[in-house]
Amino acid sequence: MKYFVVLAFAFLFSSQIQAQKIAVFDHYSDLEKAVLNDENTTYVVNFWATWCAPCVKELPHFEQLNFENKKIKVVLVSLDFKNQYEAKLLPFLKKKAVKSEVVLLTDKDYNTWLPAVDKDWSGSIPATLIIKNGKKFFVEKMFSSYEELNQYVNSIIN
Amino acid sequence: MKILSALLLFVSVIFTTAFTSNAPTPYKIGDTATDFKLKSVDGKMYSMSDYKSAKGFIVVFTCNHCPFAKKYEDRINDLSKNYKSKGYVLFAINPNDPVAEPADSFDMMKVRAKEKGFAFPYLLDEGQKIFPQYGATKTPHVFLLDKNRVVKYIGAIDDNVDSASDVKEKYLENAIVALESGKTPSPEITKAIGCSIKVKK
Repeated sequence: MKYFVVLAFAFLFSSQIQAQKIAVFDHYSDLEKAVLNDENTTYVVNFWATWCAPCVKELPHFEQLNFENKKIKVVLVSLDFKNQYEAKLLPFLKKKAVKSEVVLLTDKDYNTWLPAVDKDWSGSIPATLIIKNGKKFFVEKMFSSYEELNQYVNSIIN
Repeated sequence: MKILSALLLFVSVIFTTAFTSNAPTPYKIGDTATDFKLKSVDGKMYSMSDYKSAKGFIVVFTCNHCPFAKKYEDRINDLSKNYKSKGYVLFAINPNDPVAEPADSFDMMKVRAKEKGFAFPYLLDEGQKIFPQYGATKTPHVFLLDKNRVVKYIGAIDDNVDSASDVKEKYLENAIVALESGKTPSPEITKAIGCSIKVKK
C-alpha cells in the first residue's frame, strides 16, 4: 500500500510535469538536431506565436492534420517571447488542449536562422515548413481551412 | 490546330499579364521607391516630395496591434527625433486593413500616437496601395531610401527585438551612417520575425 501511494504520487507528479513543460531552444540548429532529426519522418513544421492572431486561427487545422494524416508529424514551433513562456504560452496550450508536439524557439539571431529555414522567408508568421527525405518545402501564408492545409500537404508528400 | 495554339498562346499571355500586374515585385536594393500621399494622425497629407532638402527617408511599415511592432515603438520614435536634424525624415505607415484588424483603425492610430507621443507622421495606407509596391510583408518592416528615393537598406531596425539595451548591431543606423559617407550599407538586407500584414478580405 505504501508503495502504491508513492507510485501514485510519482505518476501524478510526472504526468503533471509532462503536461506543463515544453522543450525550449535558444538556437534553431539545436532544434533541428533534436526535434526534426528523423529521416524517415515527414515533418510539418508550423511557425506561430500566441500573439499572432492568424496563427492562432489556423492552429486547429494543424491539430486536425496531426490527428488525421498518419503520414506526417506536426511540430508547432512557438516564437513567443521567452519571458511570456509561463504567463502566456503554457496556459494557452492547456486551454486549447494542444496535442501536437510544441517547442519554444527563442533564437533572436534571425539573420542566421530565418534563411536556414528558407532563403526567401521575409519573417512574417504564420509560416509552414515541410521536411520530407531531407527536402524542404516552405510557404509563408495562413491556411484558412483544414481542407486547404491537408490538400497542400498531400500535394507535396504524395 | 494552328488557330488553337494561337488561341492558347493568346490566353496564356492574357493570364500572365493579369497575374503579374496583380502582384508587383517587391523592391530590391537599388530600385526607386514610389512616393505616396497618405493621411497622418494629425489629419494632414504627407508625401516625400514635400521634403525637398531631405538627405534620405526612413519608411517603417508598422502598426498598433503587433507585439513585435510595439516593442520597437520607442526606438522608432527616438530614431525619428535623432535623424530629423540630420536630414533624414521618418514616416511610419500602417499597412493593415482596419476591418481585418480593428486595433489598427485610423482612430486607434490617433490614440496610440497620442499615448506614445509619436514625433513622426503616422500614416494609414488607405486602400492598401503602397505596401504591396514596396513588398512589405510584415510589421515592422523598414526601407531606407536616399534623397532620390533609391532603396539602400531593407529589413529590421536592429538585432534585438526584446531589449534595446542588449542590441549588438543597429542595422538601420549603421546603414544611415554608410549612406552619409557614400558607402554601401552592410548588410543591405536583414531578416526578422514580424506580424503578417492584414489584407482586406
